[in-house]
Amino acid sequence: MRVLRRWYGEGPLHLLLMVSSFALAGYAGVRLLDGDTLLILVWFVGAALVHDLVLVPLYSAADRALRVPFSRSPGLVNFVRVPLLLSGLLLLMWFPLITRHAERYEPASGMSPDRFLGNWLLITAALFAVSASWLVVRTVRARRRATKGRPSASH
Amino acid sequence: MRGVRFTAVLGVVLLAGITLLFVTGLLSYAAYNPDLAAVNDKTPAKGLLGFYLFDWPTGPHWLYRLTQGLHVTVGIVLVPVLLAKLWSVVPKLFALPPARSAGHALERCSVLLLVGGALFQFVTGLLNIQLEYLFPGSFYPLHFYGAWVFFAAFLIHTFLKLPRALRVLRRGLPAAQDELASPAPAAETVSRRGALAVVGAGSLLLLVTSAGRSFDGGVRQTALLTPRGGAEPGTGPNGFQINKTAAHVGVTPAETGADWRLTVVGPAGETQLSRARLLSMGQHSAALPIACVEGWSTSDQWWRGVRLRDLAALAGFPEDPPGVLVESLQRSGPFRSVALRDNQVRDPRSLLALAVNGEDLSPDHGFPARVIVPAAPGVMNTKWVSRLTFGELR
Repeated sequence: MRVLRRWYGEGPLHLLLMVSSFALAGYAGVRLLDGDTLLILVWFVGAALVHDLVLVPLYSAADRALRVPFSRSPGLVNFVRVPLLLSGLLLLMWFPLITRHAERYEPASGMSPDRFLGNWLLITAALFAVSASWLVVRTVRARRRATKGRPSASH
Repeated sequence: MRGVRFTAVLGVVLLAGITLLFVTGLLSYAAYNPDLAAVNDKTPAKGLLGFYLFDWPTGPHWLYRLTQGLHVTVGIVLVPVLLAKLWSVVPKLFALPPARSAGHALERCSVLLLVGGALFQFVTGLLNIQLEYLFPGSFYPLHFYGAWVFFAAFLIHTFLKLPRALRVLRRGLPAAQDELASPAPAAETVSRRGALAVVGAGSLLLLVTSAGRSFDGGVRQTALLTPRGGAEPGTGPNGFQINKTAAHVGVTPAETGADWRLTVVGPAGETQLSRARLLSMGQHSAALPIACVEGWSTSDQWWRGVRLRDLAALAGFPEDPPGVLVESLQRSGPFRSVALRDNQVRDPRSLLALAVNGEDLSPDHGFPARVIVPAAPGVMNTKWVSRLTFGELR
């Protein structure tokens, strides 16, 4: 047992479960790869790589750039960051429909894909509008609190 | 803000959500009755992965509408949770040394299957419901086998991580032991609660702009960004959602006109029936939805036509009818012929429908005749039916 720990670094249960997990993944995996093997592998592994090495650095860099103009009052960045993030998420998920790349959609369903771009823009507008009103409410409240805290000038 | 607690909350949400996705996904596969006939099975090499298959029931009639609506809608709603979870563990990706031991190296390989698998499943699913078939091959085997590869890694990940996640959620974690927290954090612009609220807002936004596509009329209009949301494709009794239009699958008016005949085959031989002849048989009604594998569905529509079991009697099975092979005029598409099981043929609500909501079927809804079966996936409700072979499913 001590030999296993030194060599393997984990307990025996860890090893057994790992083997059984990989065996099941292998059983399904050979079936998954039966076809255009290389391309499927590229999609499967590529999904993780593109996410970790492209998407994450991209949105992290965008976030960093976004924070620069707010360096004096870092709390304010969220009023831009959150609606931008949500709008970007919607664009990422529905990219084929919003950009009209999904050419099968209209002939198959009998429904026009025109609405997606407009709706996405309207939702984006609404998200920023909500964020703006939130900022206004917060600012007004903060001012009120500040005036209340100060001694009144007339006395 | 990044730290084990944040990851633990998202992990527990994903554990519940992905378990639901996996179960409803397996149910969807069973709903196609893949073990009944080769035409129903897009993954014939499944082997033991089909161990759980069972005869898909015909009731409650909204069963597939519910399970598949959940599968796709919950999948959509979980996207922000998944992305936030992956973001929260990015420091582990660049941890040094890359592997502390053989066991740790194995674990990291398993995490590649976990992350690759999760993204593969979500991406193929999202592309498929947008009818954007960019993925390398048929959706069915990719999404089915991909699910099993992912689930193998998901199980062991749950086993290895859940105890710590629960412990941290219950008792907290001293900052010094938090390997995910930044050692030199920048000035905090958002709290952990704030970040969770943003993830929740993303999920809520997706729910509100998606869920409506499981209902008709005004509710569907609220699905602003999902495929099949918005206004119905048409107006009047035939105005509801169409999976594939007649034009898209190459069914022409010439084939569905006065010369159209339904061929019914069974021990009694081969019978040709015109639409007028079908209309002269006993007409029955059933209120049933169309529920697509893509997650959208319609409310109950009022179908009217000939019972499948009456057609089975005509074919030579007066009692206890067997299954039936249904063939369409449709020339392309993966389910242009499909096998229905005996319980589906026997259900009195299973019809060869000629009319819907009080009007003849429109060409896009399968004129001259279509099958409608309670609780079956949309694509099993064959449109433009040309041939029914009772007993021999091939």
